[in-house]
Amino acid sequence: MANDVWVYIEHKDGVITPMSFELLGIGKQLADGFGSSVCAFVIGDKVDDLAKEAGAFGATKVYAVEGEVFKGFRGEAYAKAAAFLLEKYKPEIALFRATSMGTDVAAAAAAQLGFGLCTDTIGLAVDGGKVKMTRAAFGGNYSVSVVNEKAAPQIATVRPKAFAMGEKDASKSAEVVKESFALADADLATKVVEFIKSATAVNLVEADIIVSGGRGLGSDAGFAMLQELADLLGGAVGASRAAVDSEWIPYEHQVGQTGKTVKPKIYIACGISGAIQHLAGMRTSDCIVAINKDPDAPIFKAASFGIVGDYKEIVPKMIEKFKSKLSR
Amino acid sequence: MKIAVCLKQVPDTEAEIKWDIPKGTLSRDGMDSITNPFDEFALEEALLTKENYDGEIVAISMGPEGAADVLRNALALTVDEVALCTDDAFAGSDTYSTAYVLAAAIKKAGDVDVVFTGKQSTDGNSGVVAAELAAVLGFAPLTYVSKVRSIDAAGKKIVVERAIEGGTEVIEAKLPAVVSVIKGINEPRLPNLMGIRKASKIEIPKWSAGDLGVDAGKVGAAGASTKVVEIAVPPPRGAGEILKGEIEEIANTITDKLIDLKVIK
Repeated sequence: MANDVWVYIEHKDGVITPMSFELLGIGKQLADGFGSSVCAFVIGDKVDDLAKEAGAFGATKVYAVEGEVFKGFRGEAYAKAAAFLLEKYKPEIALFRATSMGTDVAAAAAAQLGFGLCTDTIGLAVDGGKVKMTRAAFGGNYSVSVVNEKAAPQIATVRPKAFAMGEKDASKSAEVVKESFALADADLATKVVEFIKSATAVNLVEADIIVSGGRGLGSDAGFAMLQELADLLGGAVGASRAAVDSEWIPYEHQVGQTGKTVKPKIYIACGISGAIQHLAGMRTSDCIVAINKDPDAPIFKAASFGIVGDYKEIVPKMIEKFKSKLSR
Repeated sequence: MKIAVCLKQVPDTEAEIKWDIPKGTLSRDGMDSITNPFDEFALEEALLTKENYDGEIVAISMGPEGAADVLRNALALTVDEVALCTDDAFAGSDTYSTAYVLAAAIKKAGDVDVVFTGKQSTDGNSGVVAAELAAVLGFAPLTYVSKVRSIDAAGKKIVVERAIEGGTEVIEAKLPAVVSVIKGINEPRLPNLMGIRKASKIEIPKWSAGDLGVDAGKVGAAGASTKVVEIAVPPPRGAGEILKGEIEEIANTITDKLIDLKVIK
């Protein structure tokens, strides 16, 4: 239906990616604003379980394209199927997560159809009969809001963790509409040869707790200590550009303007001065703890809690206290 | 093999950014500009590809006339051809319009086998132009590439590694392809003095909307699907609390406060 709000269901290896349903919560709010419905759309080789789960998280209808060619994620194939569904049903807006998978599908589908695309959205609201989309610009120093001027649908990617996850209600179910969309391997230019799982499995974007280190760590050895704290708290290890450029830790850990943008619930910055390029990637974290020897370091201006001192003395003490308080 | 590389001029990442709030555009007066840091990796990958497999490189930029600087830098690093897509009609282009113009330029360059771009720009930060460009051109989309394993121009095949959530994906694709690269895929070289001197004398070809044969209604502010309705400065984070005292006491306080947030499972 026109005015419906669609949410793309991201999944991998038959499992919905963690937090994938946060979009159904905000999607419902937008749909209420339009007096329409929030619907999910899913593409895969087997979609029944995924569709059921989407229903439990509030989707009233689930549109699905199913087929052998969609076994394993392939951006190119998924984008073609997504474009087919969006063109057929023309919802008001389609929301994707701003992950590598969500972004690739959203961008290719938008380009194929010539639809507008707003990326890495952090705010969504119905305003004057249109969806007002807000994104951070220039390292979060500004926020820019836009509305679609052209015909629907609008496509938007949404920053992970920008919105709270919806409530699950297993008694709710959605009507599933399966559409057939023929696509053969021969129609595609890409083929996945293999997937090499990362030994450390860094997933900064999904992490609730990040322990991050910068130039002030002095050496790669400092990261072993941060890793111990992160492991203890079930978090991930981040880094500033200075630490990555010093080759103390691989690039996949980098937070900031030329790294990842993160929004964890707790961000512990150790030996990070807080240059605007780093703040750009983490300033919207819920709680920021800064540990730095320099009392004038700009990171303290962004911190919820500041500790002036040497991380080499403070972090081991924190590890000791956490171990005893959490009985670990 | 014909290699294209897309380069964007962006404000210096150290520069203070100012918006022209009534106009909803960036105020570029007195601001230093640089090549988008991610595009430096794309340019280096193009140069390495030329060295390893033979071929020629065309570097393409889209922007105001001043963006010729990024192409001059590419010329100093010995790319073979450059072209600046510049036209008043392009001002205010969104990501789709940008991909549409770049696609027209790549078609005009002719018979391109592989297009390199950076993963994203440090000003717009959208990170979608490469995927949109591939879709507009009908080229294989290869995003977030951390390594190019092999390119076989005669056999029309490329194998790359992509750095995505949770690991590395190895993809084999048909050429032509659009490859967007991440930081760290290589170490960008710097131009030498002789290269800079030589490049300073070369005239940069300019391609207008008419030269590219693009539909003026699909580019610039006229073609953009969204309109800026509000630019705001987010409220600063409230002043935090500096924890004072002996290390023992500080560690005790901070661990209590973090446990109280009920985030640690």
